[in-house]
Amino acid sequence: MKIQLLQIAHARSGDKGDTGNVGIIARKPEYYPIIRKYATAERVKQHFEGICLGQVERYELPNILALNFLLHKSLGGGGTVSLKNDAQGKTLSSALLRMTIEVEERIII
Amino acid sequence: MKEKIRVASGQGFWGDLQTAPLDQVSKGPIDYIMMDFLAEVTMSIMQKQKKRNPELGYARDLVHLVEQILPICLEKNIKIITNGGGVNPEGCRNEIFKWAHKKGIKGLKIGTVLGDDILSRIEDFTRRGIRLNNMETGQPIEQVGHKILSANVYFGARPIVDALRQGAQIVITGRTTDTALTYAPMIHEFGWSWNDWDKLAVGVVAGHILECGGQATGGNFSADWKSVPDLAHIGFPIAEAYPTGEIILTKHENTGGMVTVQTISEQLLYEIGDPGNYITPECIADFTTIKLEQVGKERVRLSGVKGAPATDMYKVSMSYSDGYTAVSTLTYAWPDALEKAKKADEILRSRLSDLGLQFDEIRTEFLGLDSCHGPIAEMPDVVNEVVLRIGVRSHDHSAVERFGKEIAPLILTGPPGVTGFAGGRPKPSEVIAYWPALIPKDAVRPQVVVQEA
Repeated sequence: MKIQLLQIAHARSGDKGDTGNVGIIARKPEYYPIIRKYATAERVKQHFEGICLGQVERYELPNILALNFLLHKSLGGGGTVSLKNDAQGKTLSSALLRMTIEVEERIII
Repeated sequence: MKEKIRVASGQGFWGDLQTAPLDQVSKGPIDYIMMDFLAEVTMSIMQKQKKRNPELGYARDLVHLVEQILPICLEKNIKIITNGGGVNPEGCRNEIFKWAHKKGIKGLKIGTVLGDDILSRIEDFTRRGIRLNNMETGQPIEQVGHKILSANVYFGARPIVDALRQGAQIVITGRTTDTALTYAPMIHEFGWSWNDWDKLAVGVVAGHILECGGQATGGNFSADWKSVPDLAHIGFPIAEAYPTGEIILTKHENTGGMVTVQTISEQLLYEIGDPGNYITPECIADFTTIKLEQVGKERVRLSGVKGAPATDMYKVSMSYSDGYTAVSTLTYAWPDALEKAKKADEILRSRLSDLGLQFDEIRTEFLGLDSCHGPIAEMPDVVNEVVLRIGVRSHDHSAVERFGKEIAPLILTGPPGVTGFAGGRPKPSEVIAYWPALIPKDAVRPQVVVQEA
């Protein structure tokens, strides 16, 4: 079934220079294996095409049901260099929650 | 030894909710209040202020806030820890002493931490082979040497603990890690060893949670923002720490906001890189070992954190001048709002080109449509209105200034149904670029001075 991350996760984003970090947190423990399996760095890079011009790194924090993504070159230079309205990437969190994944497993939402 | 201490978050950044510090000291019991004033580029702004007037160079707002809360702090023995000293902690201290004297407050002890400002020492370091190259890009320091506006070492908790041990009631630092403002009191009160990596690490995590104020207690809450009670009166977080290293994250009862595993989790993920290696001057904290449990209403227990020995380097935050930007907006209304905005953009770019103006970048965005989510955004069926936002960046100040004169004419010489130019001609703003570096710890030393009024 097709799921949008917003249904099973919440998120927070921040910035470090020209890199946006987006953390996503599974809303329930049973959703964590799903986001861990399907929200891969490759899938996220694909999702952010046109926004993230560099590589995507992914880290796991199973202790808090979370994944942390670093989106390099996604803030138009970042800081006071950037001309973007969202130069600090504060809305990248909700942008990632728009991502859809095709899930084989049966899960109740 | 106290059985527990309560460290309260007072300010998450320069410009944060001005009523928060007074709420924290008056709405419930706390022992310490921390206030963070320094973003990456703040020091360069302060250096400019100091250049114009040697008595300035610190966060003026800090003095106003201290004036508001100090009488209560003295009455309740609450200590204040802040990095609002900027590039002139002594100037800040003197200003507070002046005010205290006027109010008849005697015996006030203020500690300052200096030594972080290495702007005048960069050449000397380079000569000695200590090269402050860009730690992210590897670029050599010579590339920006002449344009550097500020250079500050990130000290940690040690100098703050030193000041507290000397009896300081207010500790004013220059550049310190934000987290140190929170965990220094824990080390001081509980006598934690500088080798107790796990305890230092839990303190660092508590510091990371407190350093953005309301963003840990329901502010900017993605999971369920509608459920956050009374955001208007949000209570900033409080770390209730115990000698064992157990920490309860909470807030004052009679405040808005909420403290849940979800609100805390979101703040944990804010502005972090590799979670297994959160590096501070005192230790490296492993965020993948953090355990969070809801143990009561608005009470989340933080435990299980593992730490590793610190590195032998300090991080250095430097900033340099790198051109100018100007940004302006115009609002276009239905019908054809987007088409008209795009046409206006096209006309403007054509005129800038005819003028022969060179820019490193011209960026156009459509606010209300896709400036946040770009290609991921879904286009609505009807666009009632859209804001054309256009910005330029160049090292040529006159080009950026000239751009500013091209916005207003679009109102009378461009597509119809346009408004929203009340702000006036956009002025060039200096680009302050960030240059992070590393420096051996034995090359710099913090200086702690505690003075009594």
